[in-house]
Amino acid sequence: MNFFLKLSKIDRRFIYLFIALVVVLPLILKPKFPVVVSKPVQDVYDYIEKLPEGSNVLISIDYDAASMPEQQPFLEALLRQLFKNKLKPILIVQWQLGAPLGTMGLEKIAKEMGAEYGKDYINLGYRPGYVAQMVGIGKEIRDFFKVDYKNIPLDSFPMMKNVHNYNDIALLVGLEAGATYLAWIEYAGGRFKQKIALALNAVSAPDAYYFYQSGQIVGLVGGMKGAAEYEVLVDKPDLAVAGMASQSYSHLVIILFIILGNIAYFIEKGMKNKEGGK
Amino acid sequence: MLKGKGIPIFITFLTGMIMIISFFIPHKPFGDIEKISLTWYSIIAGFTMLLGVDSLIGMHFRKLKRKDENWFFSLVLIIGFTATVVVGIIETVRFGTAFDERSYFTYIYNYFIVPLQSTMFSLLAFFIASAAYRAFRARNFDATLLLITAIIVMLGRVPLGEQISPYLPKFTEWIMQVPQMAAKRGIGLGISLGALGVSIRIILGIERSYLS
Repeated sequence: MNFFLKLSKIDRRFIYLFIALVVVLPLILKPKFPVVVSKPVQDVYDYIEKLPEGSNVLISIDYDAASMPEQQPFLEALLRQLFKNKLKPILIVQWQLGAPLGTMGLEKIAKEMGAEYGKDYINLGYRPGYVAQMVGIGKEIRDFFKVDYKNIPLDSFPMMKNVHNYNDIALLVGLEAGATYLAWIEYAGGRFKQKIALALNAVSAPDAYYFYQSGQIVGLVGGMKGAAEYEVLVDKPDLAVAGMASQSYSHLVIILFIILGNIAYFIEKGMKNKEGGK
Repeated sequence: MLKGKGIPIFITFLTGMIMIISFFIPHKPFGDIEKISLTWYSIIAGFTMLLGVDSLIGMHFRKLKRKDENWFFSLVLIIGFTATVVVGIIETVRFGTAFDERSYFTYIYNYFIVPLQSTMFSLLAFFIASAAYRAFRARNFDATLLLITAIIVMLGRVPLGEQISPYLPKFTEWIMQVPQMAAKRGIGLGISLGALGVSIRIILGIERSYLS
């Protein structure tokens, strides 16, 4: 009993140490965990698989480095699927500090898959004023993106010649760390009937379930787990799958701490009741 | 005649009506008006950032001047802020974009901003663990229900849950899609109706607290 009472007053630094160990050790030891694909993630994958060759897919980078471990693996897995199926990614950025992350992922996978810039994919970079852009792309993408991220005119790229508005985009995939996706659903989806798939940070994924249930988005990839599922689907397990062991063990340790904390709480409560009874 | 508070109330009414009409009739002239309004909004939002910068730098200058507690961090912030802005401007002039591969701004981004942002966000894991241990108590029926549900979802959302039982992820998905959704929808509808009500009150000039 004393043990549990002492445990209830444990220095928080021990908790930090335990969490650090269960996060770092699995990354070093790399234990294998089977990743089962959930329906919302499968739906995104299946929708993209059915797109005709040559379709344009607009990818919106709406995250920054804080969400990199959750979003970057999905971006890379998604790009592998797009290039493999001869689909054409058009990358735009709504979170300025996400621009280099989007570029990094796009260039890495394009090189790996042998894709050619301007013909198979394009990077339009960041423009301020996301709502204005979302409405503006419904009319003419050039109103906001006259040039690509290196200031080269859009019309000089073969793949952009026939791309003008949402009618020329088969799917919009938003990689979201905040609430920008609400505007995508409201404007691109609600007004222009643009098909949308979302990848959200784990913390905000539950918020998007009603858009998934109502059919306003074709599918939903939630957090690093969702990214790991996508890596399994594209048959290229990478960073997200590697992170699953850390996430599993850290969840387990937090649960154990909660259980221990509650045992200590009930023992303490019982002792207080006894003292009160005397 | 419009005078005093009547002018901003009229501007608010007019702008609100234009935005509502242009949402439902996105054709000329409303579509163009909406586009222009949204561009104006972006420009104004850009200026609010200047206000934020002014407030942030002003506060840290005062801390530094008074040698308040932790004044050294204020110095780090001011140096970091100034260096990033100066390097950003120089590199934009040199390469046409601050994020060019060869620019020092990209170096600052890769080796300062990325690790700092990642660290800030990852610290959450430690704080959540510590807070859950200290505060997540089965004090009553509601708290116990929340605690049990949280444990199921935490296990069901990671591959470990699948190893414990193949039904755990399925049950977690059911929790996410049914009870969680029911509560979220209720909250969402409440918030939306509230926002709608407040918006109508502002447009009609009934709610004027934004003027004070």
